[in-house]
Amino acid sequence: MPAARAPYERLIFELSAPGRLGHSLPACDVPDPDPAAHLPKELLRADPPGLPEVSEVDVVRHYSRLSQLNYGVDTNFYPLGSCTMKYNPKINEDMARLAGFARLHPLTPDDAAQGALRLMWELARDLAEISGMDHVSLQPAAGAQGELAGVLMIRAYHLARGERRKKVLIPDSAHGTNPASTAIAGYAVVQLRSDESGEVDLADLERNLDEDVAAFMITQPNTLGLFESRIHQITELCHAKGVQVYMDGANFNAILGLTRPGDLGFDVCHFNLHKTFTTPHGGGGPGAGPVGVKAHLYPFLPAPVVVERDGRYALDGKRPQSIGKLQAFWGNFGMLVRAYAYIRTMGPDGLRAVSENAVLNANYVLRRLEGDYERATQGPCMHECVVSARRQKRQGVSAMDIAKRLLDLGFYAPTTYFPLIVEEALMIEPTETESKETLDAFCDAMARIAEEARSSPAAVLEAPVTLPVRRLDQALAARRPRLTWTPTAPGAGP
Amino acid sequence: MRYISNTKAQQREMLGVIGAGSIEDLLVRIPPKARLGRPLDLPPAMAEMDLVRHLAGLARANASADDVACFAGAGSYDHAVPSPVNHLISRGEFFTAYTPYQPEASQGTLRSIFEYQTMIAELTGMDVANASLYDGGSALAEAALMAHAATGRETVVVSRGVHPLYRQVAETYGEGPGLRLRAAPLGEGVTDLGALRKAVSTATAAVVVQYPNFFGCLEDVAAAAEIAHGAGALLVVVVDPMSLGVLVPPGRLGADIVVGEGQGLGVPMSYGGPNLGVFAARQELVRRMPGRLVGETVDLEGRRGFVLTLQTREQHIRREKATSNICTNVALCALMATIAMALLGRQGLRRVGELCVAKAHYAAARLGAVPGVRLRFPAPFFKEFTLQLPRAPERVVKRLLRDRILAGVPLKGFDRAYRDCLLVAVTEKRTREEIDAFAAALGRAVA
Repeated sequence: MPAARAPYERLIFELSAPGRLGHSLPACDVPDPDPAAHLPKELLRADPPGLPEVSEVDVVRHYSRLSQLNYGVDTNFYPLGSCTMKYNPKINEDMARLAGFARLHPLTPDDAAQGALRLMWELARDLAEISGMDHVSLQPAAGAQGELAGVLMIRAYHLARGERRKKVLIPDSAHGTNPASTAIAGYAVVQLRSDESGEVDLADLERNLDEDVAAFMITQPNTLGLFESRIHQITELCHAKGVQVYMDGANFNAILGLTRPGDLGFDVCHFNLHKTFTTPHGGGGPGAGPVGVKAHLYPFLPAPVVVERDGRYALDGKRPQSIGKLQAFWGNFGMLVRAYAYIRTMGPDGLRAVSENAVLNANYVLRRLEGDYERATQGPCMHECVVSARRQKRQGVSAMDIAKRLLDLGFYAPTTYFPLIVEEALMIEPTETESKETLDAFCDAMARIAEEARSSPAAVLEAPVTLPVRRLDQALAARRPRLTWTPTAPGAGP
Repeated sequence: MRYISNTKAQQREMLGVIGAGSIEDLLVRIPPKARLGRPLDLPPAMAEMDLVRHLAGLARANASADDVACFAGAGSYDHAVPSPVNHLISRGEFFTAYTPYQPEASQGTLRSIFEYQTMIAELTGMDVANASLYDGGSALAEAALMAHAATGRETVVVSRGVHPLYRQVAETYGEGPGLRLRAAPLGEGVTDLGALRKAVSTATAAVVVQYPNFFGCLEDVAAAAEIAHGAGALLVVVVDPMSLGVLVPPGRLGADIVVGEGQGLGVPMSYGGPNLGVFAARQELVRRMPGRLVGETVDLEGRRGFVLTLQTREQHIRREKATSNICTNVALCALMATIAMALLGRQGLRRVGELCVAKAHYAAARLGAVPGVRLRFPAPFFKEFTLQLPRAPERVVKRLLRDRILAGVPLKGFDRAYRDCLLVAVTEKRTREEIDAFAAALGRAVA
């Protein structure tokens, strides 16, 4: 089997040599450096923790080489549906690292943190304008926490009106976090069907709407990449029964400057700043998941809220009806700086161009793929498209195999097997930052794989063969979990 | 627009392939009355150099730890960050990668998380650690929910020595599942063990103590473990990982779950976020843990490789039956911590801890000798301690900012009982000169 490069095998522990140092610390400049002089002996650890003993050179080379085992947006096209893997501007990184932001303590008195507070206040105002909501809390640490905050606010709203509603409706095409967040907020989840076109089934919605329903939670555009065209009817039906309507904002990249959740009748929506607003994914986080609400939910926002009075900014924690706190401090501020820098860089016309080009790129990819792969929906899509590998499956090649083959051809894989309602789903989100040349190369690769599935499926079934490892045994990992390194682990180092 | 790659000519060409006359033709599903018929009301686009000027101005309006000697703590600390940390995490292959759902193209991230899990397990003395949660507060909340699910019991007894903001987060998360948080009072700065014993019953899912606690004091964790286990409850310990180079790890004192704020391990304070939620547990609890876990396995050719594992706990598989709703975590902060721990190594984390202990005790002696000022609690402490002041602490903090000293965190906003107190943190970065200047300025401020 050809290997493109000699794989790098080590873990940091396997580079360790007794007595080797990677740090530089000053001599103690105060008396009594021995902790035994200050603390009872029984509190002190006799043996130092078993961290590796490596030099700075070891560390730099090790993590540089580890990084080379990854695909990132900076190195590869990343058409991962629902994740909006767009380019993350470098200037945003410089801004977030300014000492005045990066080295600011969260409990600095408000008077000495006016720049940070002003940035937060302006960002909340901008997100409110972009979404058509009345108020925005920047506190949630990620989309799932924004969802939890949103559903808890809806719960507090109903309880304040003396209503104990028990259910939340969620379409079968929803992200897994929707039902999970809803369950933590104490609600039973009722799953609704999608209709044949892929939109919310209105009849099923009407059947399930009653006075026991607290909220309807939908993604707009939905996870099939379709704008829910009957959205006004949906929000009106819900409101008629006192049901609050929540928008999962994961797909906000499709609608900047084109339409606003607040104008569509949504009561709550969250934003994924690590998707639409270019903060990097970092291999899984951190993100930021601000949540916007209409005025009637304002009393319930997470505390504290940034307020402005006569040009002075402050954290207002005196909010008796608040759902409380979601994380210890005020939000993932470092991510907020990046999103703020992005919005200021783009301006209103630039943001609209983002969504227009995201929609253009997705439709271009869909058009180019539809000869080889079955479309999951009809008509134009928004910022992402879903195709099915049903045809390839009959040839013995699954969506998973196609994903692995794409890795060999230098592309990260689309999202696979999601949304759950599409058989052998491949969910592709090209984003606006990619050029036609990149999209063409990707579509050529997809066409090549479809041809391989027809004529020589082995190449697809054996993929990947050019990466540091071949397909990995997931079942073994789960059956016999090995979650930490031990010197005796089989296969461990020299 | 430099972040959009297609030229006008390419856009026309692509529309031609699609068979659309314009981008508007692609937006037909959006009903006309849903369209925003005007430009967004936002400030106009800024060129890069203007943006830099604007943001540098906002940054300058903040008193950062570059401008002042930072003695503030309470969950966010001015520890040193070794230079390679920022260089390495800024590599695009780490920085711009997604969650490692395609393991063959994500071995770098997966391996670094596996190293992180190993280091955290080692530091805390626990069997397993997850790939991270958002912060110390949400980590405590998840621990409370996990104890609730593991024991089927409704009440969590939380010491008043646990960070008040963490307790608030746990209350928010406990609201839906109907989890009751019951506060256990403090004696002299540490949990009143007699009162704790009375508060615990067969309805108690877990006992939570913090070590060192919010006021800086070191709790008797083993005694809390004995009380919790005596009632069939779990013991949750909130830690500061920076202390675990010198302190006995909670895993050896009877902890079942260890959570904490890992920000001190190489993550910038960044006005309170992103942080690093540390979460570790005993092996028996692993299938109830929240968040991602990386495990070792082999590939088709028998080579070692790493994958996300035990995913049937997680929301993308189990949906409303998942152990937690968390998806995005703080992987990059965990990478910062991994690199920082690798650089500090076996010797360094202990050295940092020793410097913290020595400097904090020097500072406590100097500040406590200022007339009218006293050390509030007699209990042993690590790097943080509580002072009682003869003047309103908020005013003292304001006054000392003029001397370029961020004196600490006034406790009035956290606990009325300690409204005359100031919480002071002393990391390895503080110098004797800064501490002496602090003592002198404090003397002037309270005179």
